[in-house]
Amino acid sequence: MSIEIRGVSKRFGDFVALEDINVSIPTGQLTALLGPSGGGKSTLLRIIAGLEEADAGTIEIEGVDATHVSPQKRNVGFVFQHYAAFKHLSVRRNVAFGLEIRKRPKAEIKERVQELLELVHLEQFGDRLPSQLSGGQRQRMALARALAVNPGVLLLDEPFGALDAQVRKELRDWLRRLHDEVPVTTVFVTHDQEEALEVADEIVVISQGRVEQVGTPDDLYDRPANDFVMRFLGPVTALGGDLVRPHDLELGLTPGPGSHPGTITRITRVGFEIRVEVDVAGSTVLVTMNRTDFRQLDLDVGAPVHVRLVPGAPVVPAAGPVGDADPIPA
Amino acid sequence: MAEDRVDRDPFDDVEAERDLDRDHGPEGVVLTGTLFQPGAPPPRRRRVRRTPLSYLFRFIAIAYLFFLVAWPISLVVKNTFSDGFTELSDLWNDPDAMAAIRLTVFVAVVAVVVNTVFGVGMALLLVRYDFPGKRLLSALVDLPLSVSPIVVGLALVLVYGGRDGWFGPWLEDQGVQVIFAWPGIVLATVFVAMPLVVRELVPVLEEIGIEQETAARSLGANAWQTFRRITFPSIKWAVLYGVVLSLARSLGEFGAVKVVSGNVLGKTRTATLMVEEKYLNFDKGGAYATSFLLVLVAVSAIVIVGLIRPKETRR
Repeated sequence: MSIEIRGVSKRFGDFVALEDINVSIPTGQLTALLGPSGGGKSTLLRIIAGLEEADAGTIEIEGVDATHVSPQKRNVGFVFQHYAAFKHLSVRRNVAFGLEIRKRPKAEIKERVQELLELVHLEQFGDRLPSQLSGGQRQRMALARALAVNPGVLLLDEPFGALDAQVRKELRDWLRRLHDEVPVTTVFVTHDQEEALEVADEIVVISQGRVEQVGTPDDLYDRPANDFVMRFLGPVTALGGDLVRPHDLELGLTPGPGSHPGTITRITRVGFEIRVEVDVAGSTVLVTMNRTDFRQLDLDVGAPVHVRLVPGAPVVPAAGPVGDADPIPA
Repeated sequence: MAEDRVDRDPFDDVEAERDLDRDHGPEGVVLTGTLFQPGAPPPRRRRVRRTPLSYLFRFIAIAYLFFLVAWPISLVVKNTFSDGFTELSDLWNDPDAMAAIRLTVFVAVVAVVVNTVFGVGMALLLVRYDFPGKRLLSALVDLPLSVSPIVVGLALVLVYGGRDGWFGPWLEDQGVQVIFAWPGIVLATVFVAMPLVVRELVPVLEEIGIEQETAARSLGANAWQTFRRITFPSIKWAVLYGVVLSLARSLGEFGAVKVVSGNVLGKTRTATLMVEEKYLNFDKGGAYATSFLLVLVAVSAIVIVGLIRPKETRR
């Protein structure tokens, strides 16, 4: 295990940011710390980097106790949400910064910087100032800068949070491919469940200062540990006291084993997806299906239907009311 | 508003960051010939509304500055040269006058160095750290701006006075005379010019934030490397501006210096004290000539800063 977090707690005044966190982060993998804003995930990342000190607990990086080691000695690369570009230095000098601090020979620095600029596709932009780059380019520069010193661990704090949707999607595909190329142990913080599910090898779900679940994207999606994880990873709806995913529900015209009778109250079409609201014993259940299935059933508002859960679909007992079946806003 | 800030604040590149199409200034122009320069950015048009009211406001502003600043100072210059260069050459040949000017320059340089070092440190302390009593400290830093310099002088005498000061007699026993000697003049000058560097730096430090510094630390830089390589380049123009203001203020200090210097001819008489002395002794020409030199130094410092600064800031 590359990073061992044991019993870490952190308070800011009365606010408990982290409470007794125990997580192992595997070597060479891309791990996401996922959770709602203010849940403590960025604090945990900053504690790993040494930018914040834990009130209790220990951090071990690559087998060395780093709890009281200053950030500049942890050999950790950190990428900030707002890039933290050195505005007065050219892209090249930004990337070279860590190497210059380490007093590496000039020729070596030059070679390494060129290599990194090629890696992040900024080789033509080396002599520009950060203010002459776009947001996505700046973030790639920040990544190259963090990688320059060959960090044991790369930490990214909401790296794509400040970018617009399109660039964000491109960059996360690119990050995934970059990681396959340069397999340094990477931890990134995100509040976007889609980003985490798409990019990460391993996801740590953190909420209100606690770890809710640790697992692969498949684990989390197919075997959510609790109500919170289930809700956070996508839209949910309630059927007979259980939380289920709307696309794991089937509609039938005849009753079957485990089906619930109901009446269709509303049908909405959103692109490729049809959303059918069914009144089952006085509460609304949301069912989503594709157009083909929907057409075969030939349904209309007011029609009696039977709602059934697809065999093997994840179910979690509902711990609270389910709203209009929208995902929890990220 | 934005225009004003660009003129005033050398580090206002937040907007430049957000808006890449904006005027790239000299550096952007240099890049035009290279790859990837996105088609020449449209020059930022300055919208000037021409209405009768705006002319009126402009007139009032100009008249105000003319009658309050430009005209009186131009009269000092005019009077200095009413007999050609005789007044200035008289000054040049008067050893006491030259001693006074040398003392003023010496005191100003020492005060500026002290205030720059202190000012940078204090500004970093006030912006980058949180501690109890911070607001009180911040208010104390501003105090010299609001207290009359003559009160400052009296206060210094109470503490460092050789005969019955609080600390002065002990210092005098150690062979250090403060009041009625140059250390007192330096102290008084440092005191009155103290807030200028701090107040120039605080808003700039607040604006640049700590992210760049944190990034430098995470890349292995220690505190000094972070300051020298990251913080200082971002604040250097504010430092320079603060230095110029301090220099101008230090050269021109009169009230506090008058109390603590003792005004000993050729020893503790500074240029400003000499102006008063000459003026009261009906040597008006000499007073104008000395004033002219003081104005000249202050104006040229501001002009030099004005000339070199824009090249660096308009990125």
